[in-house]
Amino acid sequence: MNEKNKTGFGSKFTKWFGRTSDTNLLLTITIVVFFLMYLGAIVFQGQGFLKPQTFFNILNANAALIITSVGLSIVMICGGIDISVGGVVALVSMSCAVYLDFHGGSIIGAIAIAIGIGVVFGVVQGFLVAYLDIQPFIVTLAGMFFARGMTTIVHTAPFNVENEAFVNLKDTRVIVPGFGSYNKLGNYVNAYVEIGVIVAILVVILFFIILRWTKLGRSLYAVGGNAQSALMLGINVRRTRFLSHLICGILAGIAGFVYFMHVGSGSASHASGMEMNAIASSIIGGTMLTGGVGNIIGTFFGVLSLSTIQNIVSSAGLDQAWWTGITIAAMLCIFLVIQSVVISKKKKLLTK
Amino acid sequence: MDSTKTKKISFNKQLLIPIAAIIALAIFNLIVDPSFFKITLGTNSAGNPVLSGYLITILDYGSELAILAIGMTLVTAASGGQDISVGATIAIAGSVILRVLCGNNSRPDTLQAPIIVAFLVACVVAMLFGAFNGILVAYFKIQPMVATLILFTAGRSIAAWINNNELPIISEPSFGYFGGYIPGIPIPTPFFIAMICVIVIMLVLKFTTLGLYTQAVGINGSSSRLNGINPQFIKFLTFVILGLCVAVAGLIKVSRLSTINYSVIAKDIEMDAILAVALGGNALSGGKFNMTASILGAYVIQFLTTTLYKMNVNSEALSAYKAVVVIVLVVLSTPVVRKKLSQLWGKLTVKQAVKEVA
Repeated sequence: MNEKNKTGFGSKFTKWFGRTSDTNLLLTITIVVFFLMYLGAIVFQGQGFLKPQTFFNILNANAALIITSVGLSIVMICGGIDISVGGVVALVSMSCAVYLDFHGGSIIGAIAIAIGIGVVFGVVQGFLVAYLDIQPFIVTLAGMFFARGMTTIVHTAPFNVENEAFVNLKDTRVIVPGFGSYNKLGNYVNAYVEIGVIVAILVVILFFIILRWTKLGRSLYAVGGNAQSALMLGINVRRTRFLSHLICGILAGIAGFVYFMHVGSGSASHASGMEMNAIASSIIGGTMLTGGVGNIIGTFFGVLSLSTIQNIVSSAGLDQAWWTGITIAAMLCIFLVIQSVVISKKKKLLTK
Repeated sequence: MDSTKTKKISFNKQLLIPIAAIIALAIFNLIVDPSFFKITLGTNSAGNPVLSGYLITILDYGSELAILAIGMTLVTAASGGQDISVGATIAIAGSVILRVLCGNNSRPDTLQAPIIVAFLVACVVAMLFGAFNGILVAYFKIQPMVATLILFTAGRSIAAWINNNELPIISEPSFGYFGGYIPGIPIPTPFFIAMICVIVIMLVLKFTTLGLYTQAVGINGSSSRLNGINPQFIKFLTFVILGLCVAVAGLIKVSRLSTINYSVIAKDIEMDAILAVALGGNALSGGKFNMTASILGAYVIQFLTTTLYKMNVNSEALSAYKAVVVIVLVVLSTPVVRKKLSQLWGKLTVKQAVKEVA
């Protein structure tokens, strides 16, 4: 607390460290790690990573993960957690698939179903967590098992959707102007992204703005940082918590539809482990599990880091299924420990 | 005199929930199909006398859960969170047992090492993984559920890696005793193993300070530190004990099949174990616990699972029903709802009293 009397490097370090907010510090770590990793991939894995399409393919494959991670970051910033998102994504894709193929449904109806499922999960979980004070982990663990079980109740066998309007939507490619590469025949091929990526980027921008410049966004940080003092500031803590879970639920619903657009099929085993990847991305992106610290841009880079390392693992020839699990867990572990160490060190410096 | 009286009351209250659940399930089954309770003495394929029937199935398959519930109760009490990696660490422990028994050949004709050695190695490995979780939780102060998320994600992959992703099969019949029947004894062995574990933990709780310290740390970590307890070490210790429980459960699991399926073995068991603790009336946010209630809770879960199976519920869809049960239980146990219920109860009794007076 008493910083005036200090001299030398220690005081400079304290000042710099103290002034940089936790959010910015962790965000910087994430972005630096991502660029180093991508540079490393280009240097060590050859030219594949230099092609713009490689980068856009990472986006294409992970659009749904980006959206769920944004939702999770918001819940985590507010001091909660939601591990039901993977189950919700699977449930949404299965329900939409059944609706489109067996009931001759329309795209609009499918989107409504997707968002509806998300809203239901968000409202129920949010109510249980915020108004009944149940631990979010228990509630959403039950939510995850419920969603997974419901998916098999909706339909057991996996199948591909053949609805014409949907297949057209699924195959729509948005050309990215200015990026492209020459293929083996020497023709110039434009880089493309799927519709899901555009949705994901819109979600990222929207929630970046909400978190930074709206009352809701600031109260999410306040509640996550210290619920007691947020209450004294006149923030409706329960409602904020409820809204964080509601937002996460809706985003999980949207992500479910985006995922469905990417894979074009319904299956009970879809998006297995997605909640873990989403939590890992948020943590890598600098969101603190204790709440109050986090950034949507960081989350975005967290997803990119995670999927880049997966790409590196698979292009390094380690394509056995277990390597992905182990690398993600290792990254998660490292970043958790970094967070823990950084924050405790900072606390010590400030309270010296 | 006074202390024994209060002890008796709290004892009854905690045990009330699982016992009520057992009675409810029993009545339900009695109405739907009374043959649920039939136990028959038959012989299995090896020609040994065995008891069969749904009740025996419950005792048999509830055993792993009861063993896990012991460790999970301690972890819950000390750290106020749960270990969600138990399923994955069971896969690791089982994989280690098979690896030691099989050596380099995945289809050995004879065991390459005594079973007890394999089991001890598995114990050490499982305790190391428990210690890993414990260190993250106790010393790095990461929330238990998030810290154990790491092994939850990686555990099954590690298990597959231990055996080079092969599926070893053990043909030695004596290995099957742990998950099946010992010749001549008609009661399934897992039940005996579970009982041994229960007796051991009861003795430990009675004759050591483990139970007291765990509860003290769970109720208030910093005040327990002021009283000379090392809360970090106690938290760490509970995770190591859970690791030991996991190794025992892993032995039973792989012994049942004499082989292993990395992605399916002990799937969703973490949910059941947490549910057992919750059903035992223990606060999931830590603090006081009742071991007997947790163990009873484990058998209640198995009772529920067996009942659902008997009603031809798809094994994949089972989790949806269980999730509903968890939510109902947890909602009923929250202070807000409890208060409302007791208010309601109070109003009813007041009305009755008013009526009586009138």
